[in-house]
Amino acid sequence: MAKIVSLAEAVGDNVRDGDTVAMEGFTHLIPYAAGHEVIRQGRKDLYLVRMTPDILYDQLIGVGAARGMKFSWGGNPGVGSLHRFRDAVENQWPRPLEIEEHSHAAMANAYEAGAANLPFATLRGYIGADLPKVNPNIKSVTCPFTGEVLAAVPAIRPDVTIIHAQRADRKGNVLIEGIVGVQKEAVLAAKRSIVTVEEIVDELNPPSPNSLVLPGWAVTSVAQVPGGAFPSYAHGYYPRSNAFYIGWDEIARDRDSFTAWIKENVLDAKPEDFAKHAGTKPARAA
Amino acid sequence: MSDFTPTEMMTIAAARALSNDDVCFVGIGAPSAACNVARLTHAPDITLIYESGTVGTKPDVLPLSIGDGELCDTALFTVSVPEMFRYWLQGGRITTGFLGGAQIDRFANLNTTVVGPYDHPKVRLPGGGGAPEIASNCGRIFITMALSKRGFVEKLPFITSMGHGEGGDQRERLGMKTKGPTRVITDLCILEPDPETKELTVVSIHPGVTREQIVENCGWAIKFAAHVIETPEPTELELTTLRDINARTKKAHQGDKEAA
Repeated sequence: MAKIVSLAEAVGDNVRDGDTVAMEGFTHLIPYAAGHEVIRQGRKDLYLVRMTPDILYDQLIGVGAARGMKFSWGGNPGVGSLHRFRDAVENQWPRPLEIEEHSHAAMANAYEAGAANLPFATLRGYIGADLPKVNPNIKSVTCPFTGEVLAAVPAIRPDVTIIHAQRADRKGNVLIEGIVGVQKEAVLAAKRSIVTVEEIVDELNPPSPNSLVLPGWAVTSVAQVPGGAFPSYAHGYYPRSNAFYIGWDEIARDRDSFTAWIKENVLDAKPEDFAKHAGTKPARAA
Repeated sequence: MSDFTPTEMMTIAAARALSNDDVCFVGIGAPSAACNVARLTHAPDITLIYESGTVGTKPDVLPLSIGDGELCDTALFTVSVPEMFRYWLQGGRITTGFLGGAQIDRFANLNTTVVGPYDHPKVRLPGGGGAPEIASNCGRIFITMALSKRGFVEKLPFITSMGHGEGGDQRERLGMKTKGPTRVITDLCILEPDPETKELTVVSIHPGVTREQIVENCGWAIKFAAHVIETPEPTELELTTLRDINARTKKAHQGDKEAA
């Protein structure tokens, strides 16, 4: 059964140096507050996994918390480069970053294979593309029924997956709405999981029998952090701050301005600071 | 209308490539603008799909990211990312994929991964995202990018997604049943693959553009089809629709300044 704890306890209990960590959220519900807590607690040598490493992983890479990253698209969506990621790959600053690069389809399939307790995923993918030449973890498998040769990639099995969701009840059952990305698969593929939520309610009241609910018995820790997905968004609570994403380009371009931003907004900040970004209306009003 | 920019002409020419019956997988940026201009003008029933899982979306402002809330709010339904790539894309339900890229070669292969060697890149680009499987699984592919020597290159340092490979029937030889890139819309002209060699050739030149300009802005010795037409200039409706959605988008994206 999920333990409902503070964010500091959730990260302290579940994230260890050297872990393979997936912080998922496909543009939506990105667990920024939890990622910042990982930085504050000084976790190091992490192997980061994420389909779309955006600003949050730029921050983790820039502070030197990561030894490697598995990903499929590493940019600032609609804006341009991730400058800290580029500095790590191009100049090994602040440390070298080992990368394992896939396509979105392969990553999505690999998470699903992990959730399904399978060792690998297969897809009709990478045809004519160069990634298989540089990533030894892209192999092929022959269909035993038709003889078709398909791409194969290892399942993703994180030590810990961290996500953000709209709300949980007091038993730790979690409701996710809107663009749900790959979060369910990422949680079910992991050994441990942390879910931060906008609010904790007495009754979850899923809006449909088909709602995406992660039961408390499949989640390790739940922490309430209102606004915890900012500058991404929480459907029904607050919108994406596109202005922040645009503004990040200049902050991250320079090592000193990045380091100063991290000190002020992460190292000297608290999870409660995210609350100012939280909306006032629950999702059901949307 | 005679007063329009090359970028506006590019977006409108790209929009015209789409029809009401298309089920279109939309890339972010220029493709997204073109797809929504099509939806707001001649193709009101087009199905627009973004890889974040939003199906049948009708955004009022263009998304900055592939997963802006606007896409989910206006979609017919939203699915998980594994379902999007497995059932809808790999399942063969998408008629048209619309891509952009950093670099393209004469066979419409695209690079969005690295400039320079992969292990020690001069410039590390974001990577492929959905493109490798969009390029192989959609019925056909449209590409839109501004024509420049930096973008249209003789040889790609990295093939992120395959177009026509080394040309000819290479797609079929690799087992692909889809058409691959059938049109590349630039700010100066429209290119289509030669039916036999699959080399991109100029089939339509935008109003006011010369052949010399096209040759000068392409990194390979670009060929012209036997019959080259002039792209019809934007209509008032097309231009007004594009400018309105761009204005709404700019206002929306800069409207939350308190942020940073």
